Amino acid sequence: MTENILEMKNITMTFPGVKALADVTLNVERGEIHAICGENGAGKSTLMKVLSGVYPHGTYEGTMFFENSPIEFQNIRNSEHLGIVIIHQELALSPHLSIAENIFLNNEITKNGLVNWNKTNQEAQKLMAKVGLSEDPNTPVKNIGVGKQQLVEIAKALSKKVKLLILDEPTAALNDSDSEHLLDLLRQFKSQGLTSIIISHKLNEIASIADKTTILRDGEVIETLDMSKDKVDQERIIKGMVGREMNNRYPVRESKIGAEIFRVENWTVHHPDDLARVVVDNASLNVKAGEIVGLAGIMGAGRTELARSVFGRSWGIGISGKVFVRGKEIHIKNIRDAIDAGIAYSTEDRKRFGLNLIDDIKRNISLASLHKFTKRGLVNANEEYKVASEYRTSMNIKAPSPNSIVGKLSGGNQQKVVLSQWINVNPEVLILDEPTRGIDVGAKYEIYTIIQELAAQGKAVIVISSELSELLGICDRIYAIAEGKITGEVARKDFSPELLMKYMTMTKEATNA
Amino acid sequence: MPKVSEKVNGPLSNLRSRLEGVDLRQNAIFIALLVLIAFFAITSPGHASLTPDNWSNLVVQNGYILVLAIGMVMVIIAGHIDLSVGSVACFIGAAAGILACRPLEQTGWGWLPKFPWWFALIGAVVIGAIVGMWQGFWVAYVGIPAFIVTLAGMLLFRGLALVTLQNSNIGPFPDSFRLIGNGFVDKANYLGHNFGMKNYNAAALVITAVGVVALLTQSFAMRRGRIKYNQSVEPRTWFFVKNILLAGMIAYVGFQLSQANGIPWTLVLLVVLIIIYTTVMKKTTFGRHIYAIGGNLHAAVLSGINVRRVNFWLFVNMGALSAVSGILIVARMNSAVPKAGDGFELEAISSVFIGGASVQGGVGTVTGSIVGGMIQGILGNGMNLNSLDISYQMTTKGMVLLLAVAFDVWSKKRTK
Repeated sequence: MTENILEMKNITMTFPGVKALADVTLNVERGEIHAICGENGAGKSTLMKVLSGVYPHGTYEGTMFFENSPIEFQNIRNSEHLGIVIIHQELALSPHLSIAENIFLNNEITKNGLVNWNKTNQEAQKLMAKVGLSEDPNTPVKNIGVGKQQLVEIAKALSKKVKLLILDEPTAALNDSDSEHLLDLLRQFKSQGLTSIIISHKLNEIASIADKTTILRDGEVIETLDMSKDKVDQERIIKGMVGREMNNRYPVRESKIGAEIFRVENWTVHHPDDLARVVVDNASLNVKAGEIVGLAGIMGAGRTELARSVFGRSWGIGISGKVFVRGKEIHIKNIRDAIDAGIAYSTEDRKRFGLNLIDDIKRNISLASLHKFTKRGLVNANEEYKVASEYRTSMNIKAPSPNSIVGKLSGGNQQKVVLSQWINVNPEVLILDEPTRGIDVGAKYEIYTIIQELAAQGKAVIVISSELSELLGICDRIYAIAEGKITGEVARKDFSPELLMKYMTMTKEATNA
Repeated sequence: MPKVSEKVNGPLSNLRSRLEGVDLRQNAIFIALLVLIAFFAITSPGHASLTPDNWSNLVVQNGYILVLAIGMVMVIIAGHIDLSVGSVACFIGAAAGILACRPLEQTGWGWLPKFPWWFALIGAVVIGAIVGMWQGFWVAYVGIPAFIVTLAGMLLFRGLALVTLQNSNIGPFPDSFRLIGNGFVDKANYLGHNFGMKNYNAAALVITAVGVVALLTQSFAMRRGRIKYNQSVEPRTWFFVKNILLAGMIAYVGFQLSQANGIPWTLVLLVVLIIIYTTVMKKTTFGRHIYAIGGNLHAAVLSGINVRRVNFWLFVNMGALSAVSGILIVARMNSAVPKAGDGFELEAISSVFIGGASVQGGVGTVTGSIVGGMIQGILGNGMNLNSLDISYQMTTKGMVLLLAVAFDVWSKKRTK
């Protein structure tokens, strides 16, 4: 007879303007490996943050039970105390500290207020043996590979007497043999009675390791599949993730596609920290006038890296390949060159990379095109104001005045400021990276309208998005990218979420086979 | 149109609606300056702080800090710091001495001729710019934090100053050279004699009048421009009050100076620099790029700004202004000495922060920093007049810096 170690009942979590979780119920049996799947933004991470106490009790609705007693966490320490440990996608290790120090960070073995290093190293070695690490516990974490760092994280979790281990995309950064080792380890822990929740985009892994799979979409539980009973394969999971219905969340439009404007050929980019790591692998694509082209891929597939390396080599090293604008090869050395060549790029992270949040709307809009406002060396602030007023009206930026501080606007309005900045450069090619991330449905519709308007003006538009449905809704053509390679190109008439998801999850062994 | 602010009923509502659109935080520092002036006017023995000679001293004594503060605010807005300016000023003072003064006690410079005073001035500024290139190279192109580069520079250029001075002083400087730090416009009052005015320096009165008219013309022109473009402007009453107050202050100081020796050349230089650099920061692409870099470095990079080039020229500019400061010091003291400029970097930095700049970068103004520098200057001057011991003077200055920045942090939190 099995019992549930964890029950989450009717969890609802609302952020301003967005319902991140709607009435989510999740039951996890003791000793099972429970997978959670869903598109980016489906609510997986939010759910895990509720469970681990990152979002304290009171910020969400609903109830949770752990080992049959109700739980109300105020912070992560509370949940760790009960043995619920979460390992995030971005590892939380201190690179200059040793393996042993990391394992016992904030949980130090002390005697009379002083750290007992002999005992620490001894205990660390025991834990490391359990996860299959044979390094010297004094080795700094930065000197071991990502795969082993992941194992250090697990050893750290074990040191906390973990009962429920949550892994968020544990294999996203790992190579195949490291991934396999990690999955073996999870199976081994399972046989010892440990319960795990695993969040992953790699559906083949889920199919091979999970006992049950819960699928989330738009903050709701779509279904929970019993992997042994229901004859579940990857196709079945994809169907649940992407859903079927397509209501009019997207403005309709008649595309008028002209001559080719933008072409990238054999583009290869290496990671700036590691010349051996290929992040974009021989990618080629093209965009025509008036065309909206999507770039679909799971996180870490190399979408942003492709865009930013094309945009003035602002990311990566060892870049090779050719870029053509209107059939003419252009040689871009820096971002200014890219802008002058008619390429604009709006970032996926507007707060970190896109806006000067402490400055006002007009000066943010003019920043990339300041020379247009400059006469005899002096910037005409009144002219800036006038142009910003026009954008405020045409883009429907909800703010008291063009002098309003950008940091105080909502996400959707900030995004409109970013778009205005780049439209004012008057580019031929616009690369929009996650243009609707973190903004509400109404503002999304407005952004889609703006994107279509740009295409109607004859510009070449590339949209990068984690929301597949969004790309299907607004694009004329979609490229799928996986592990840095363009794995597929789908025209509008052939659009199907299943097909794209298949291309997007095409991993190395699949492409080689 | 949506209502921006809620109407509040009661006796204060009238005042409140009149003050709408007035940036109290920006104006608080001016008010603090006025309060400080009033305080020392009352407390100093025989109201000594208000005498014409004291006003004159104030300007000349603080000129070199204010010049440094202008460059420093630009550096700080971009998110850097410069700890070397005091040492650089000392080094440049020594270099100016080598160029302008003969005979020299220092050996090894015999091959150089004695240059005319104006050549020494220009030469000193050029050497300052070269010093700035050195530091700008390390900050902008090698990527070493400015704190480290200029900490090294602080030692390096103090050392070079000592090498140049060879454990001695250089002086006296030619009279024409000294004018910039010690001279007055038409001190002999030739203009006044023509008009039969002996007690008031006529040139000072004329310059002051021109200054007041220029200020008012500029304010009205700006207001008209904003109204023409349908921009919000300050409430009419406040606009008039503010400008009359400002014009009144300038007229008062000018009138006082005319009863002393007239307008110091240092003040003329300062006003010119303030006008130039306010324009640079507010109206040129270079200035706007500085704010953008300090506000969000990543966004500035992705907007196509050549951040390295901006950072490099920032330090070149700081070097040149440090040179100007060094010239003012030696011109006033009539001698280049090894201890010159000691601790000036800290006074310049605190002027900038009292003047409302942000430690995180992206925020600050030239005028704010000048006012911040004046607050420190008047504080020091007033405490001297009240014969306050140096220990208490330092304590007070430290507290003023801390509280000024605390007020800034607090008022920012409140508006959030």
